[in-house]
Amino acid sequence: MLRSVSTFFYQRKTLALLLLLAPALLWLGVIYLGSLFGLLLQSFFRLDDFTGQVVREFSLSSYRQLFTSANLAVIGRTVGMALVVTLASIIVAFPLAYSIAKTSSPTLRSILYLLVLMPLWSSYIVRVYAWKLILAKEGVFNWVVQQLGLEGVLNAFLALPAVGGPSLSISATGTFLVFLYIWLPYMVLPIAASLERIPKNLLEASSDLGGKPNLTFWRVIMPLTVPGIAAGSIFTFSLTLGDYIIPGIVGNSQPFIGQVVLIQQGTAGNIPLAAAFTVVPIVIMAVYLLVARRLGAFDAL
Amino acid sequence: MPSRKSEHSVLGTRYSALGVSMKTRLPLGLRFATLGVLLFLHVPFLLIVLYAFNTEEAAFTFPPPALTTKWFAEAFQREDMREALSLSLRVAAIATVLALILGTLASLAMARSKFFGRDVISLLIILPIALPGIVTGIALRSSLKLLGLDFSYWTIVLGHATFCVVLVFNNAIARLRRTSGSLLEASMDLGATSFQTFRYVILPNLATALVAGGMLAFALSFDEVIVTTFTAGQQQTIPIWLLSQLTRPRDRPVTNVVAVFILLITLLPILISTYMTRNLDDLSRTGK
Repeated sequence: MLRSVSTFFYQRKTLALLLLLAPALLWLGVIYLGSLFGLLLQSFFRLDDFTGQVVREFSLSSYRQLFTSANLAVIGRTVGMALVVTLASIIVAFPLAYSIAKTSSPTLRSILYLLVLMPLWSSYIVRVYAWKLILAKEGVFNWVVQQLGLEGVLNAFLALPAVGGPSLSISATGTFLVFLYIWLPYMVLPIAASLERIPKNLLEASSDLGGKPNLTFWRVIMPLTVPGIAAGSIFTFSLTLGDYIIPGIVGNSQPFIGQVVLIQQGTAGNIPLAAAFTVVPIVIMAVYLLVARRLGAFDAL
Repeated sequence: MPSRKSEHSVLGTRYSALGVSMKTRLPLGLRFATLGVLLFLHVPFLLIVLYAFNTEEAAFTFPPPALTTKWFAEAFQREDMREALSLSLRVAAIATVLALILGTLASLAMARSKFFGRDVISLLIILPIALPGIVTGIALRSSLKLLGLDFSYWTIVLGHATFCVVLVFNNAIARLRRTSGSLLEASMDLGATSFQTFRYVILPNLATALVAGGMLAFALSFDEVIVTTFTAGQQQTIPIWLLSQLTRPRDRPVTNVVAVFILLITLLPILISTYMTRNLDDLSRTGK
C-alpha cells in the first residue's frame, strides 16, 4: 500500500513537490500575504470626518495626510534614527567581529560567537527593561557618572538641543543607546562571517607589496566586508524602523512611525492612516533590499 | 645542498613561528575594544539578576541597599503572572509544532529541486521576519477584524507560527543541503520507499537541525511582544505582562524577578540549539 503510494508520487515529482509545499504556501500565502494585501487595500480607504467611520471607497486621503509636516517629521525622525543606529552599530560591531574572525583559537571563537548569540536570542523586552534600570535617575549610569565626578559633563550634554533632555532616559540619546544595544548582535554576526571569509593570502600580499596595516585595513579588508555590513544593516535598519516599544519606554515624547501606527489603529480608530503609515517602512525596506542585494548582502546572510 | 636545505627549514620555522605569533596575539587595542563591546552586551543582564534580589521596593537605586530572596516567593504567588506565563508557554508550544510541520515540509521540497517561482517562495518564507514586526501585526489584526473574528488563544498562535516557520526552514534546509544526495539514491536503489527513505535516512540526519530550529522558534515565540500586541486582544502573555509593568510600574520587585525568570526560560532553548548545531554557521545565518 505504502509502496504503491510511494511509487505514485515518485513518478509525479511535481505533485509531490506541490503537496510538500502546500501547507506552508497556504499558511503564508493566504493568511500572511492576504493580510498584507488587505492592509494595503485599507490604506486606500478613508475616514469620514463626521462619523469617524471608515468609508470603503477608493481615496488617496490617507496618503495626502502622510505628507503633512507633522507626519513627515515623524518619518524623518524614524529614518534618521535608523541611519544613526546603523552607522554606530557598524563601528561598535567591528572590533568584536574582527576578534571573532581573526582569533586562532577555535574554542575562543565558539565562546565569542555564543556571547553574541545569547543576547541576540534572549528576551527583547527584558533587555529593554534592563536599560530602564540603568538609565533611571537613581540608577547605575548616574551612579557611575557621580563616582567619576563627571556630573558637569553629563549635564552639559543633556542641555544640548536635539540629543539632550531632562535626563538620559527621557532623551533621544537614551533611545539611541537602547536601539544600539538591542540590535548590535545582528550587525556583529554577518560582519564576522564576511571577515572570516577573507583569504589570508590577500592580507599577506598587501603587506608584501608594502601596504601598512592601516592601508591594508581600508583598501583590502573594508571593501571585502561590505556584503556583511550590508546584511547586518538590513536588520538594524528594518528593526529600528518598525519598533514602537523602545522610543515609548526610553525616550522623549516625540513619536516614531511605529507609535503613530499603534495610536492610529487603536485609540484613534483611523485604520486607513495607520495602513498608509506602514507602507512607508515597506517601501523604504524594498528600496534598501534592492541596494543591499547589489552590494552582495544576500550572499552574506 | 644539505646546508641550504637546513637553512631553508630554519627560515621556514621562523616564518611559521612569526605566523603563529601574529595569529594568536590580537593587538592590545583591539582586545580592549572587544572586551568593552562584550561588557556593553552583557553587563545589563548581570544588573537584571542583581536587581531581582534588591530590598528597595520603590526605586532602581544603585547600588541596592541590601539583598533578599523574598521576592521570588512573592512573584510565584501572583495569579496574573502565573496565568500570563502559562499562556505564553502554551502559545510557544503550539506555534513551535506548527512551525516544525510547515518548515520541514517546505525545506524538503526546496532543498533539492529547482522550479519556477522558487525564489519567490523563499522570499515569502523570510518576509515575516524581514518586514518590521508592526507591519505583520497590524496586517493580521486588520484582517481578523475584517473577517469578524474575535481575539483568542488561536489568534496569538496564528501570528507566532507565521514568523517561526523561517527558523525551522533555515536550519532544516542548511542541513539538507549538506546531506549527500548519494545517500538518498542508495536508499532508493536498495528498494526503500520514499517514506522509508525519509524515516531511516533523511530524518536521522535532520533531527538535530529540527531540534535547533524548533528551540529557536520556541524562544522567539515565548518572547515575542510586537506582533502579539496586535493579535492578543485583552489576553496577557508574559512579555506583554512585563511591558505593562514597564509603562505603569506598580510592583517593581515582582517585575524584576519575572525578568530574570524570562531570561532563564529563553536561555535554555538557545543553549540547546547551539549545542545541537555546534557548527555555528547555521545559527549565524538564521537571523531573528
